[in-house]
Amino acid sequence: MAEELKRTALYEEHVALGARMVPFAGWEMPVQYGGIIEEHRAVRSSAGVFDVGHMAEFRVFGFEAFDFLQRTLTNDLHRISELGQAQYTLMLDDEGHIIDDLIVYHTGDLEYMIIANAGNHESDFAWLVEHAPAELELVDESARTSLIALQGPQALHVAGELAGPGFVPPPRFTIAEASLDGVPVLLARTGYTGEDGVEIVSGARHAAALWRAILSFPEVTPAGLGARDTLRLEMGYPLYGSDMDRTIDPISAGLGWVVPKDKTGYIGAEPVAGIRESGPTTKLVGLLAEGGIPRHGYAVLHEGVQVGKVASGTFSPTLETGIATAYVSADLAAPGTRLDVEVRKKTVPATVVKPPFVTHTSLSV
Amino acid sequence: MAHPSDRLYSNDHEWVIVDGDVATIGISDFAQDQLGEVVYVDLPSEGDELAAGDAFGEIESVKSVSELIAPVTGEVVEVNGALGDSPETVNSDAHGAGWMVKVRMSDAAETEALLSAEDYDAFITEG
Repeated sequence: MAEELKRTALYEEHVALGARMVPFAGWEMPVQYGGIIEEHRAVRSSAGVFDVGHMAEFRVFGFEAFDFLQRTLTNDLHRISELGQAQYTLMLDDEGHIIDDLIVYHTGDLEYMIIANAGNHESDFAWLVEHAPAELELVDESARTSLIALQGPQALHVAGELAGPGFVPPPRFTIAEASLDGVPVLLARTGYTGEDGVEIVSGARHAAALWRAILSFPEVTPAGLGARDTLRLEMGYPLYGSDMDRTIDPISAGLGWVVPKDKTGYIGAEPVAGIRESGPTTKLVGLLAEGGIPRHGYAVLHEGVQVGKVASGTFSPTLETGIATAYVSADLAAPGTRLDVEVRKKTVPATVVKPPFVTHTSLSV
Repeated sequence: MAHPSDRLYSNDHEWVIVDGDVATIGISDFAQDQLGEVVYVDLPSEGDELAAGDAFGEIESVKSVSELIAPVTGEVVEVNGALGDSPETVNSDAHGAGWMVKVRMSDAAETEALLSAEDYDAFITEG
């Protein structure tokens, strides 16, 4: 690995907290502080704070912004016509395969912000630039922007304490300006854990002060990418690179809900309509394993014959068993179907389930 | 990190306590710390034969899987079955209640190739 790993504005904070730093998508990131399971449980029961400053932020501004994003992204931008609204969406290539999954926020008049995966940062931006009309303002703000996720049943309480009297949290899936401990931020009521909480966008130079202010609350535990992965998989949230990539279409990935049937004219619309019409040959399903941990790439068997592959797999700290997503033949995708996962030398029984694997969280109550 | 000097260690991060011709085997505190929270331990059965240098089981944490490499050759005479229900004992007490198997050694001279605590500490410091 010749390439130098990048560091977020919070690198020194992680080292001071004794984090184990690992390479991830070209970045040196904390995978855990105390332990993945204890961090996971802290997020489910109280609150956790994550540095997700490796993710990319793009700004799109101008009279062409709406039409441009309506053409490059799958979800219908009419659904977030009010200022502050946000939506989960996909960017597809001409074959209808997934370039990235994104959240787009309607941050202002004629203005949107996109948060993209770190691993797709450069390729996403290049794709957007390639398809942008000359009149459009398209800015990659990632280098000067920090992103901190504060998640868990106590997250809003902590955000409220930092914001001061009169704080009204933005409704679910919206974003609003706020001041946290005197730092100007954009506060998005979004996340990747299945818990209530916020994602805090700020100038990179304020990130350390914000991080420390959040961690000054005893309710909050620093949480790494390890817990982020177990938390998101318990909810069945897909991860780019494991559950989807440039060979996968949104229908097979179970993401038809962000590709509205009645929307046309976006890049990839025709191939997607074709797959919808004919039905996908493989589907992404949830698997609840018994007595082993399925991991990415492991074979999925039905009566001894391989019928698919594990996409994401881990140990669920909440259920204390192996959970996974897997691409399997569409005829074996019905919940309740009994399959097996080849976990190295042994065969582990697994049942097809419809995610989320964990249903009781601060978002579900 | 200083490991206790009452036992020997292998390059594969197992510890061995020798009592007559029986070796008790576990993984070092360094190894459990590197693995993170242990969620599965897959051990052999009583009567199985281990061969020094070969895998005799697996230990799995949330993020990774590692093979357990036998430090000595012999027959398994006892298995720590409690690790099936509480694998986290490997983290909390790697050098005590987290022991894994007891082996009746067929060649006690193999232990001469193992490291002292001091040499093992030096080995892990060098990385």
